Amino acid sequence: MRHTLVAMVEDQPGVLNRIASLFRKRNYNIESLAVGHSETPGISRMTFVVEGDDRVIEQVQKQLYKLVNVIEVWDVTRMPAVVRELALVRVGCPPEQRGEVTELVHLFRARVVDVAPDSLIVEITGTEDKVDALLGLLKPYGIQEVIRTGRVAMVRGNHRSSEPTVSSPQ
Amino acid sequence: MKLTGAQILWECLVREGVEVIFGIGGGAVIHLFDALPQYPIRFVLVRHEQAAAHAADGYARATGKVGVCIATSGPGATNLVTGIATAYMDSSPVVAITGQVPTPVIGTDAFQETDITGITLPITKHNYLVTRVEDLPRVVKEAFHIARTGRPGPVLIDIAKDVQFQETGFSYPDQVHLPGLRLDFSDDENVQAAADLLRQARKPLILAGHGVILSGAGRELRALAERAQIPVATTLLGISAFPESHPLSLGMAGMHGFYHVNQAIQEADVLLAVGMRFDDRVTGSPSRFAPNAQIIHADIDQAEIGKNIRPAIAIVGDAREVLSKLLQLVPPATHPEWLAQIGQWREESETDNPLNENHDGHPLPQYVVRQIWEVTQGNATIVSDVGQNQMWEAQYYIHDRFNSLISSGGLGTMGFALPASIGVQIGRPHETVWVVAGDGGFQMTIQELATVVQENLPVKMAILNNGFLGMVRQWQELFFNRHYSGTRLLGPDFARVAEAYGIPGFTVREKDQVTPILRRAMEIPGPALIDFHIHSEENVYPMVAPGRAISEMIRRNSYQTV
Repeated sequence: MRHTLVAMVEDQPGVLNRIASLFRKRNYNIESLAVGHSETPGISRMTFVVEGDDRVIEQVQKQLYKLVNVIEVWDVTRMPAVVRELALVRVGCPPEQRGEVTELVHLFRARVVDVAPDSLIVEITGTEDKVDALLGLLKPYGIQEVIRTGRVAMVRGNHRSSEPTVSSPQ
Repeated sequence: MKLTGAQILWECLVREGVEVIFGIGGGAVIHLFDALPQYPIRFVLVRHEQAAAHAADGYARATGKVGVCIATSGPGATNLVTGIATAYMDSSPVVAITGQVPTPVIGTDAFQETDITGITLPITKHNYLVTRVEDLPRVVKEAFHIARTGRPGPVLIDIAKDVQFQETGFSYPDQVHLPGLRLDFSDDENVQAAADLLRQARKPLILAGHGVILSGAGRELRALAERAQIPVATTLLGISAFPESHPLSLGMAGMHGFYHVNQAIQEADVLLAVGMRFDDRVTGSPSRFAPNAQIIHADIDQAEIGKNIRPAIAIVGDAREVLSKLLQLVPPATHPEWLAQIGQWREESETDNPLNENHDGHPLPQYVVRQIWEVTQGNATIVSDVGQNQMWEAQYYIHDRFNSLISSGGLGTMGFALPASIGVQIGRPHETVWVVAGDGGFQMTIQELATVVQENLPVKMAILNNGFLGMVRQWQELFFNRHYSGTRLLGPDFARVAEAYGIPGFTVREKDQVTPILRRAMEIPGPALIDFHIHSEENVYPMVAPGRAISEMIRRNSYQTV
């Protein structure tokens, strides 16, 4: 099963390399990884999508914790969470098809962010399913280029985040 | 007053209590070496950087302090890698210091440049590249803290050459700020649950690992075992955590564990595994390991819990703390039937004991090891190499003294013993240190005989010479139809090699020479080397074939699966 993990890590050179090295060394299967600053200066927030059974995911979290630069890890897979991905899509589109493509884009609450004579760039934010669905519909027009950020997640509710899921041993 | 980076490094090391470092100099550490003689730190010049890392590792294991090694950039640093990986796999606190090319040329493939922090990422607990002299005190402070805290391990500090001569004001931090480095300890509930299980057990067993030695928990382990009359088996690196001549001692478990040890594990109803990680050499087939036992797993590394074996109860914590708490909660008990049963299995084990056989001509290696035990009266610290020699040592030297066996367990690094013994002897200057190695492994780091002489170390060396890479040959014999591909070794005359280095060398070809020559070696005040020409096709028994349950052993007498 695919799990969504969130990790708070010290923003220091080489941290991403340490985490990538850990996944490679332990033969964990990482599907996507998104990194950015968090609300705390000096702390970055990473969102991983990892494929594996519960036992593997437990190991992934525990091994992540062993990295000195990793401060907290949560598995938000089974928590109520806002999960999003952003994609930019360059779709082939002669002027006569602009209308119908734009209509599709609006149906998905996506946006056209660039217009060229024979193509458009579409920006969409949503779950992976939603992005996949739009890509499926745009495919017949000719998708020339896609960039997807990978999943980011935040737990719903008024707590900043939930308790780390493996900080206290079971 | 301003100090150079080089001076700052040594100031920091002195403050960390470092008394000795092992290494080799070079262009990228030349400023460090220039400043070194101003400081009260002994420098041991080895002959290959791998040996520096093993010596630092051996020193750490022998003393409980952090071992330090140093090498230059590029090949100096990459030569450390095997030693760092060895320390990592066996949780040994080592700080490795390497020089790096100057900051402005990092990344340009400069002469002797290598990305050693990248290379050692998976085999260090943490590592640092220092490019600003102001960072150096904090980095050294953190490195020592990380190396010795929690589950110990190696930390590498790579210092750019220009940092070594830049100057800055010096102050050593008195604490570290590492929010990601946490020390876990389970709730007392888990310890109570473990104590309850042990109290109800009818066939309890303790399986002790290296963590018991690392945490200095020998007394607590013995007290708990005696209080509740629980027999104690160990892993390879757990040997000497518990006195082996104690009536409750079973010995080493696993692939080459004696019959009664593995049998007891398979029959136990409660197994307390402490300071160990269920390595495949211990468990055999994990799904068929200790099938009748509820397992209590206590380890300081949370990630080891559930990694290989799912325990009924997990306790995360330092072995000494866990055992002390259990000691307060587990009531006195006796298990006469269980111990009697184990006694019967022990008799069965004895039928495999080659020491009960008469033999002449080439000595049996088991006999050599037992005679080393005799002539040292069991008081030596043994540094064993890897392979058959290591297993025979583990089986036939009776380790009663706490932490008296030092060996490469996890990585299984041939060539470990001789260089490690340099650190062990320096860490224990008044003790008798014996190297037990094979002819294969000894030749992998044989150049360190020069270091032994230069440092005037009275290390005694026993080579169990069978003219083969013996353990591989044994596998070929048992599992590959005696197809001895690439395992026949032509060795030198080791005694003459030793003499060439200035070390008294002896060759033993007959069983009846074993003890007299051992005694002569012991009488020599300095180092001595004995080349024992043993039976060339002697095997280590019992043996559990890979992937089998540990009760399915090939035994010496039957030579077939029992």
